[in-house]
Amino acid sequence: MDFDFYLSTMWSVLKALPLTLEIWFFGIAFGLIIATGLTWLRASGYKLGEYFTRAYVFVFRGSPLLVQLYLIYFGLSQFDFVRHSPILWPILRDPMYCTIVAMALNTAAYESEIFRGALRAVPVGQIEAAKAFGMSAFTRFRLVTLPIALRLALPAYSTEIILMTKATALASVVTIMEMMGTAQKIQHDTFRPIEVLTCAGVIYLLLNLSIARLFAWVEHRLSPHLRPPPEQSRLAEPVPEVL
Amino acid sequence: MEFLNDLKDQVSTAYELLAAGWGVQLLWGIAWTLAVTVVSMLIGAVLGSLVAAAKLSHRGGLRFIGESYTTVFRGEPELLIIYLFYYGGTQVLTGVARSTGSIGSTDILSMPSFLGGVLAVGIISGAYQAEVFRGSFLAIHRGELEAARAYGMSAWLRFRLVIMPQVLRLAVPGLGNVWQLTIKDSALISVTGVAELMLTANKAARSTHHSLLFYTLAGILYLVMTSISTPIFDKAERYTSRSLLRPK
Repeated sequence: MDFDFYLSTMWSVLKALPLTLEIWFFGIAFGLIIATGLTWLRASGYKLGEYFTRAYVFVFRGSPLLVQLYLIYFGLSQFDFVRHSPILWPILRDPMYCTIVAMALNTAAYESEIFRGALRAVPVGQIEAAKAFGMSAFTRFRLVTLPIALRLALPAYSTEIILMTKATALASVVTIMEMMGTAQKIQHDTFRPIEVLTCAGVIYLLLNLSIARLFAWVEHRLSPHLRPPPEQSRLAEPVPEVL
Repeated sequence: MEFLNDLKDQVSTAYELLAAGWGVQLLWGIAWTLAVTVVSMLIGAVLGSLVAAAKLSHRGGLRFIGESYTTVFRGEPELLIIYLFYYGGTQVLTGVARSTGSIGSTDILSMPSFLGGVLAVGIISGAYQAEVFRGSFLAIHRGELEAARAYGMSAWLRFRLVIMPQVLRLAVPGLGNVWQLTIKDSALISVTGVAELMLTANKAARSTHHSLLFYTLAGILYLVMTSISTPIFDKAERYTSRSLLRPK
């Protein structure tokens, strides 16, 4: 066991963590915006909107993220209008932006399905009750449908966020030196892949476990009504004397 | 209208390029992708059922091993696992071969890329399959297991006649999902040099400079593969649950 080597590798990979988190954060943020749009389009009731979202989900869920990334990074620059566009070209020639775009488009497809399912799972009785109270459609959505749906979407959403952490590693194939890219470089320099990849693996695992814990905590906080009530016997116990 | 002209050019060159041999190459790529996926699924099925059994075991140690397996292999980036098996395998093989003296001290014995890729994807697939099998087992009605025990069936007989047929039936939809996931994961082993669909598209894109065309084609072919498998798994689901369907 070469302890110094593990430590120095761990430190070099950790230094690339901010870049991984940057890709992760922007991918998720833009993905959420697109997913909200898609969900709205799907729920709007327009046939055209429904066909569009169905096709979108089919395409982005049915093909590997790597193909989507290559298509965006290498493929789109074939179009002259992309290369001459003052807005598109600065985005699409940069591998970092391309990864974020690919991740956002990809996760939006999965998330829109999660949100659709959550909206459908809101109990009809709750909405009927809100109507009976005379709430307007907007108030109903803001106070009843949205909070319940968000709570219901949380478990599936946390899985999707963890899939996104794993997806950031793909940035390394388009030359980004995030954690995976850094690990690759060290591995090529030292020819000790098992040690290097184990270090990177530990960091990825800790990252994902903490994300999972965070979501579990949020879920716990948001569902006090689903927890069993504190046991009666314990409440009935006499308060122990202090010393 | 530059966009449309570009597109027209692409379509006319597409035919030429595909007829010039890239079409056959892509078909081979599909064959390799399917081979990788099928072998990985089989490796995953073996590992998955063992891990599911470990997770359902009464022994704490086995449960811990099972839990760790599914946590690690579902929590790590697929790319990392693939590199670990390919480059790590090379490291181990080279070390062993050098110490036994079958290769020179500066030579390298590399991991066969198909084997490394299939092992990596199979192990990832196994982690997801384990969850599917575990869920199916838990969905079996407890009364059936009790009845089998009351009949005096041995553990093996119970497994063969009561547990396995039902786990397989209940697992079919979940296995369909894992199959789609495995097809998509198989694209990642292009980084180790297995000539599956992704690598073929990559080669074609680099050598002809028509990346848009070939990556779009690859995307469409993956879509075809994932969407064809849906009705197949639907059929399998109907077949395995035929005894539960209402007669027409």
